[in-house]
Parts: sequence; C-alpha cells; structure tokens
Amino acid sequence: MYGLGILRGMAVTLRHFIATYTDDLFWLTRGGRYYNPQALQVRQSLKGRGAITVNYPEEKLPMPERFRFVPFLITDEPAPGQAYGKDWCTSCGICAKVCPPQCIWIQRGVLPNGRPNPEPEKFFIDIDICMNCGLCAEFCPFDAIKMDQDYELASYDRTTAHIHDKARLSKPISYWKTIAPKKADAEAAIRDFVEEKKKKPKKRGEEAGEEEKLAEEAARQLPYRGAGY
Amino acid sequence: MSDLTAEMEQTTTYDNPVDEALAKLKALYPDDVSEDSRPGYSGLLVTPDKLVEVATTLRDELGFNYLSSVTGVDLIEENKLEAVYHIYSIDKGGSAVVLHAQADRDNPIIPSLVPVWPGADFQEREAYDLMGIQFDGHPDLRRILMWDGFHGHPLRKDWREPFYEEDVKPFGSRWPGGAVHRSEELNPYGKNVQYPAGWVPTGEEYEVETEMYEGVTITREATPGLKTEKVTVNMGPQHPSTHGVFRMVITLDGETILALKPVMGYLHRNHEKIGERNTFIQNIPYTDRLDYLSSMSNNHGYVLAVEKLMGLTVSERAEWIRILMAELTRLCNHFWALGFLLNDLGALQTPMLYLYIERELILDFFEAAAGSRMMCNYMRFGGVAYDLPDEVRGQPTMQFLHELIHERLPRVVTEFDDLVTNNEIVKVRSVGVGYLSKEDAIAYSAAGPLLRASGVKYDVRKAEPYSFYSHLDFDAAVRYNGDIYDRYLIRLDEIWQSLKILRQVLPYLQETQGMSVSGEKPQYSLRSPNAGEAYGRVENPKGELGYYLTAKRRSGNPERYHVRAPSFINLTPMERMSVGCKIADVVAILGSIDIVLGEVDR
Repeated sequence: MYGLGILRGMAVTLRHFIATYTDDLFWLTRGGRYYNPQALQVRQSLKGRGAITVNYPEEKLPMPERFRFVPFLITDEPAPGQAYGKDWCTSCGICAKVCPPQCIWIQRGVLPNGRPNPEPEKFFIDIDICMNCGLCAEFCPFDAIKMDQDYELASYDRTTAHIHDKARLSKPISYWKTIAPKKADAEAAIRDFVEEKKKKPKKRGEEAGEEEKLAEEAARQLPYRGAGY
Repeated sequence: MSDLTAEMEQTTTYDNPVDEALAKLKALYPDDVSEDSRPGYSGLLVTPDKLVEVATTLRDELGFNYLSSVTGVDLIEENKLEAVYHIYSIDKGGSAVVLHAQADRDNPIIPSLVPVWPGADFQEREAYDLMGIQFDGHPDLRRILMWDGFHGHPLRKDWREPFYEEDVKPFGSRWPGGAVHRSEELNPYGKNVQYPAGWVPTGEEYEVETEMYEGVTITREATPGLKTEKVTVNMGPQHPSTHGVFRMVITLDGETILALKPVMGYLHRNHEKIGERNTFIQNIPYTDRLDYLSSMSNNHGYVLAVEKLMGLTVSERAEWIRILMAELTRLCNHFWALGFLLNDLGALQTPMLYLYIERELILDFFEAAAGSRMMCNYMRFGGVAYDLPDEVRGQPTMQFLHELIHERLPRVVTEFDDLVTNNEIVKVRSVGVGYLSKEDAIAYSAAGPLLRASGVKYDVRKAEPYSFYSHLDFDAAVRYNGDIYDRYLIRLDEIWQSLKILRQVLPYLQETQGMSVSGEKPQYSLRSPNAGEAYGRVENPKGELGYYLTAKRRSGNPERYHVRAPSFINLTPMERMSVGCKIADVVAILGSIDIVLGEVDR
C-alpha cells in the first residue's frame, strides 16, 4: 500500500517520543531525569532510551582517565604557601622535539659553572597551536608532562592568555593522581621498579624474568614505555 | 611482437598478475619501458612520450583498468619531476602496477592520462597546481586547490610557505633556547609573502575565474519564439548542504543541469607539505584531521605505509584492535553519511539524530580507549598506543562492546531501516537519480560505496587484504543500480557487514587479552626507514585511502608524502552524475558521495 513506508517511519518516531516521557516518569521518584548524576550515567550508557541530552554546563559528562586536553607539568607537592613544588622536568627537550605542531618552548637553565641545569628555566606551551595529540606525555621519560582534562579554557584575548607559562602549567603530582588514578599508580610502580633495578647490580641470567616482575597492570597501561626507559 | 608474448606465456608462469603485466609491458615496449632500479622502488619507468600508449595497453589488454592514484614527486637533486601512477585490476585484485614518468624540472611536460581514464582529471590538476607538472592534452588544466592567481607551486621542495621556519622539524628555536613567540610577531603578515619579480598589482588579477564562466554561459533559443538564457549559479561555498566550504558552479537550463564544475580548496592547508616537514610519528595526529569523521582508519592507512617502509611487523592483539577500531569507525562514518544524506533529501534532523545517539556510544568508546572522541591519534608503528580501556561509561569494556555489537546496534539499525528504507518520499527523490554506470565508475576512479553501488565488487579488504581481514568472513557489499537509493542501501549493507566482522573480532580480543599491543621496538627508536617508496592503502569508509611515501635511507622524515583522498577523487564523476538532473537533486547527489572537506582540500 502506498504510504505504508511513511506510516512505519512515523511509528518509529512515535516510539522514540514516548520513550523519553516514560523514562521521565521512571525517574520522577528517583531524583529526576535531569540534573541527577545517576540518571545521567544511565542515559549515556547502552541502556539509555529516548532523548539523551546532556544539559551542559549544569550537567557534564564524566571524563575517562585517558581523556586529554592541553598538557601540564608535574611538580612535587608544594611547600605550604607555594602554588607548586620542584619540577620533575629535566629540560631534556624530548617533548619539544616530538611535538607535531611544535608548540612547546623550553629554555634550559644554566648552572654557575656553565653546564646545563637539568631544570627548565622557562617553559611555554602555546595552547592555540597545541593539537592535543598527547605525544609529549607519551614520550616523556620522566613522567613530567601529562595531559590535563580541563577543557574550559575560553578567554577573551588570545594574545595575552593563550601562551601558558611555567606558573600556569605546573601542577602538583596529587592533581594527576586525582584525574588519572590508575595511570598515576602504574607510572609510580614503573618508577619504583626502575629504581630498584638500578640499585641491584645485574647478575647474569636474571634479566629475562624481570619483565614479569613489573606489576601486570603497570605493564598493560603503558605499553610504549616498558621498563627500559 | 605477438609471437614474443605468446612464447613468453608458454614458458613463464607468474606469481601474480602484476609481475605478468610488468613482464609483458617490458616485452612490448623494450625501448620505452624499463625496470625502476632505484633502491626500494618497484614498477616501471616509462618515457613520457609512450605513457598514453602503455596505459592503454594496460587497460585494454592486460586488465589493469582502474587508475587509483596519481602523484607528483619533486626530485630536486636530479632536477626532475616525476608522476607516479598506481593502477589496479578490478577483476584480479592484488597490488598495483606502478608507473613512473619523469620530466625535466624546468620544462615538465608529461602527457595527460585523462583520455584513457577520466578519473585522472582532478588528480592531474592537483599535481599541476601543487607541483607544476604540465599535463599535455588535459582538457581543463587549471589550479584546483590554490586560487587561480596564485604564483608558484607549493609542493616543490624549494618553495617556502609564509611562516617558514626550517625545512624539517624539530625546529631549533624550541629547545634549549626557548624564546617563545607567535609566528605572526616575528614574521608579520605582508612581509612574509613572496611576489613574482616585477609584479605590480593592477586590480585585474582578481578577475581570475572568467575562464570558468566563459565556457558555460551561452544564449540559445529554448522554445521557438521564446528567447531564454542559460543561468550560471554558484552553489556554495557558504551553503548548508555542501557539507562544508565547497562550491559548485552550475549551469542551468531552467531547473535542469547542463554543466557542473566543483570548486574546492577553501580548507586547503597543504597537508602534504606539512607532512614532509614532519617526522614520521608527527604525521599520525595530522592524518586524524584529513577525514575527521574516521580518524582511526586514517591512522591505519598511514601506519601501514610506514610499516612497509620500515619493514615492521605488528603484534597480533594490535591487529585485532585495529580491525575493531576501523570497523567501528566505518559504522560511525556511515551513520553520519546516512543521516546527512537524508538531511539533504529533506528528512531534516530526525533520522540523523537517531543515528547520532549510536555514534555517540562509539565515540565514548574511542574516548575511553584513545583519549579523544574524534582526533584519536591511536595507531602507532607496529601496534596501537594503548590497550583497550578497563571500562566504558561505567561498564567493563568487553561487556560494553558485546552489548553494543550484539544487541544495541543491530536493533537500532533495524529500526532505522523501518524508519527510512521504504519511505515513499525517499524513494521518489532517490531512485534513478544521479546515475553512474559501472564503466563510468571504474573509468572515473570512483572508490568505496560509490564504486560498489554501481555494481563493481571491489573492496580493498578483499582485493588486497591487509591486517587480518583475510581471516575474517564477510562480503564486499555490492548494489547494481548506481543511483542515490543504491548508495543509501549499500551503506546499510556495509553496516551489516561491519557488524558481522565485529562479531568475529570480539572472541579474538577476548583470547588475546594481556598480550602486548605495541611493536617490538619503542616508537622513539624507529628512525631508520629503508630507502624507497611505499604505498599503503585501506578501505576507508569513504573509499580507498592511500598513502604514498618516499624516504631516503635513515632519514627522519618522508621525502614525499601523498594522500590519495577518496572524498576528493570521488568528486571527479560529480558532473557526470549530475548532468540532466534537477538542481534540487545536486544536493542529494553530493550527499550520496559522502565527502568531508577536510580530506577534499587537504
């Protein structure tokens, strides 16, 4: 029958329409369908039915651990009264070299005897140019640069606010542990493992078993880092 | 000569059709065709004068009837320009016959292959535009990506872009000096532009498109006694249904289309030049930005090419993960394509948004796995960046994938089928419209769903299997009518085939859990490509995506980096499909090709 296809299609839209409202009724006694973290999670999962709108900015999607947006620098826990502690960065320049759009600028410090100081004097990231690829964090051998998850960076003036300097970039290690707890633990495990390996003098035949000693979780999280550094 | 070939056929058996074709060509044209003996190169060197003849023989007698890619290469050290042709056989499958034709750099004339394959049209224009190769006999040799008044050929090795810093990355100013500046501060606009010697602007140089209009606006007597005029309409570049900044110059007789010229390049950023400045690994995130709807597949094609060049093997789990990602990307892309096709047909928003809900779930998975929803940057040489995540949206990953692939997506696609497929309005608008015949589809180098909807069963995953596709049971979807409706149906077919593949991949992922996903060497130690060329191609959702790379031995960055962009080349038959249709159909025809301007313009 002519027009049957259209009618079937309209039945589908009607089902979707109804699904949204039945879902509304379901959540009515459970804290509401919107502005309710529990409902948001269900709405966004495979069980979601009907409209899946997220009411940003009141509601925000939870970010997975690997979510990446603009790098930041890791420091030790700050002394009281300080914003950040001692840099982990050694100013080796690997991140600046691997950066695809070349948005990282590092000025290496100089010691009084004229030799390079393993600490950045200045560190800049031009976030207008940064393409959020995460290669810097992937390649850093010192866990000193990591990808942040703060994506609300809009500002009124690109010429003054968009080149992040060291003060803006530095964040204590505890911050990294809050945004990516699993990754941070895995990295700490690998650092400990390497420290231990350095202390013990190597014996013949021992090397083969060492990979297995690495916590399984740590090895899985960071395939490209390995134990070798 | 025929005796000779007959004799060879009797005495020699060939491993594959390519060797056979190469041997026969060498026998037929002993003076003009020779083995390309540069280290790492394959295929033949052809004297430009005989190129058309060799190509015709390949097409008509040897069965290599599909010109996939045309690449210009600047060999600045030898003072030569080279055109590289990758030609495939639709029937026999397998790898390409590669032809190299070289010409003097100062006077680069190579005969055009448009008379043999009309599909060479846009690709030759691109090589002319960016590399300066003069294709003799090309019917319409104009710039295609740069604007018509542009001076110079930007892909030549000695051409420098306005904010030029150094030939290759990493730039020395970044470390250890680190004196931060914006490019425009050191190099303000106006001072960074090169003008031709003695050039004085007169104002006339801006009327650069006159030629395009001259060819199409003519007055004629349409009906006796009534004098009418053909109208030239610019559709785009700012038009909601051109899918981005894309323009079509359409000549109309009433509402009927008489001629159509696509104009592109508004998003051109010279991806290939950037790629040649980059190191190999730095290119991976840039490939995300080609066809930004299917970044995983773009990564895949590029890493395949580099792995060929470096001779790397890929770990088993990584291969399964790659197939998982590539097929999920295909679903994402087809959801988008179908949604927008229906949008273009006037089914505004509803079907599109229903499919986006599902696309959102897949993007959630990408975000959890790769860290980004669209710019995934997930594949690495020899493997992938990370293993699968532990959980996606609060569910364990394997459970999430299982539910998604076995339950949710099949249900939703069936529902979508109910919503649209038999809709009478959709059928009236699309059945029989935008017809592309089988012969034309091959001749115009169409690829992907566009090719297969015209009855050509050619899928790179089947014809030249890469990754683990040869271990999987699926069909290359094919439809025979070559109209918009079939291009709609074939995308649905491909969604079902992808789901079939995904169902087979899941057990392998379960089996290989805990195995390494990275290559044997870490990425930072991959510094030594073999000298030569490599061509990696994948069946991207939009068609065959190929990467042509050449490198010097142990160099850190590609010498030549070329992308065979399916969206771009699929626009070549656009005029062929549109002539004779009504202007309202053009929107739907363009929607059925499924282009992404990030890839068209590169």
